[in-house]
Amino acid sequence: MFFRQPDKSQLTRIRFLLFLLALMPLARLIWLGATESLGANPIEFIERSTGTWALVMLLIALALTPIRLLTGIAWPIQLRRMAGLFMFFYACLHFTSYLWLDHWFDWSEISKHIIKHPYVLVGFLAFVLAVPLALTSSNTMMRRLGGRWKLLHRMVYPIAILAVLHFWWLVKKDIREPLFYAVVLLLLLGVRVLYAGRKQLKTQTTSKIQAHNSSA
Amino acid sequence: MLIGKKPDILSSEITPRAIFENRRRFIKAAGFGAAAGLIASAGFVPSLASAANTRQKIASFNKTAYGKEEQLTSYDDITTYNNFYEFGTSKSDPAVHSRLFKPTPWTLSIEGEVKKPRKISIEDIFKLAPLEERIYRMRCVEGWSMVIPWVGFPLSKLIQYAEPTANARYIEFISLADPKSMPGVRVPILDWPYREGLRMDEAMHPLTIMAVGLYGEVLPNQNGAPIRLVVPWKYGFKGAKSIVGLRFTEKMPVTAWMKAGPSEYGFYANVNPEVEHPRWSQSTERRIGGGLFSPRIKTRMFNGYADEVGQLYAGMDLRKNF
Repeated sequence: MFFRQPDKSQLTRIRFLLFLLALMPLARLIWLGATESLGANPIEFIERSTGTWALVMLLIALALTPIRLLTGIAWPIQLRRMAGLFMFFYACLHFTSYLWLDHWFDWSEISKHIIKHPYVLVGFLAFVLAVPLALTSSNTMMRRLGGRWKLLHRMVYPIAILAVLHFWWLVKKDIREPLFYAVVLLLLLGVRVLYAGRKQLKTQTTSKIQAHNSSA
Repeated sequence: MLIGKKPDILSSEITPRAIFENRRRFIKAAGFGAAAGLIASAGFVPSLASAANTRQKIASFNKTAYGKEEQLTSYDDITTYNNFYEFGTSKSDPAVHSRLFKPTPWTLSIEGEVKKPRKISIEDIFKLAPLEERIYRMRCVEGWSMVIPWVGFPLSKLIQYAEPTANARYIEFISLADPKSMPGVRVPILDWPYREGLRMDEAMHPLTIMAVGLYGEVLPNQNGAPIRLVVPWKYGFKGAKSIVGLRFTEKMPVTAWMKAGPSEYGFYANVNPEVEHPRWSQSTERRIGGGLFSPRIKTRMFNGYADEVGQLYAGMDLRKNF
């Protein structure tokens, strides 16, 4: 079942289920907040949680192409936009909790904070770069932008690198958690590079063979 | 809550020594599943999970005027949000992983530039000086703060006992690093054991204390049982926990955090809103316990203890000596 392309109604159902699933981290936060179970530092908890889930959604979105390359199962690519938009959704919650709960819109303090602290700066940059991607995620925008759309959405790679760096530089000493995300990202990007290299080799050899054949 | 119920025994009924022996006996009892009567008669909640970390009142200590105007951080927050990497790097780790840690028997070894190196038991440390309550602000380098009612005594009393020589200009504090009872030590996050240090005049300052309790109770394991350093005008990491060694030295000791990140953590680590840390803003702080909708508060020079300790650093460039 997993290997076959699901039909339209199946895909709708899958989308609906995943949509609910992707809202679970938010539901959990609301539940913990309502029962005062966010711990001694609830703001830090919310920032950490929303940030982590933004990163997880991003990595899920980036995992769908490697899945296709490695297994030939292509239909999950149809879920990529949803994963990407959930990444942006959690990133928005993350950024809002930083601006509002953590700093109470104290703009002078916030701007100083962003400029002076490298981890904040790269995180901010990742968020800013993600805005145009979210804005151009509709079918209409895809059509309107044509070939440039793909080029624009390659921005997801630097965003992912900045996001992992954001986590890495935030951590005081125990880098095991960001290291885990870095390794996953490296694998996901590595598969792409590997296949791109192979493809290029293939086209090169085919064109060489063709050239050889035509000259003969 | 992770910690057991408050024991309903009169504080006057217990002496520190009895507390520790009781605790020791209790751990054994819990381990062998015997002597349930003893536990019941002592008024403890017979729960295995909280066995080694049952709350015990300190028999007698004097109240002081320090921090009277401050609003205390709750016992729950103080004991569940800890940086104590020997028990794990997450803030909630120490409360969980220190549950079976045994802070007794305990001896503190006094070494280095002293008339005679010696060891002192935790029981004798308790008798060294009258215990007093000090309500201090604690500012973590990560940008959060608490107000903690410590119970302890001035470090100067322990220094007097140690009899340092004229060569002693610094003190190095060495924490326990026991991989068997401290799971965090099995991971080389820091160069174990944890080390901290103070200049002699900082150590002799009346604000500097050795804490053996908080909220009128024996120090919980996750807060550095049985004995820890508290230096309220410095970032929290200066407060070495579960101290087993005191070394008097002529040269400035290299602390665990100086080794881990020399550009980020200096020897002095005085709270200073003017000196930025590459990771955290030091101009403001979040007071723990304020809930979701309380804004940050301004961080004060020397954590608000400038009047008392400012003169220690007269003429020093605090940007260089961070």
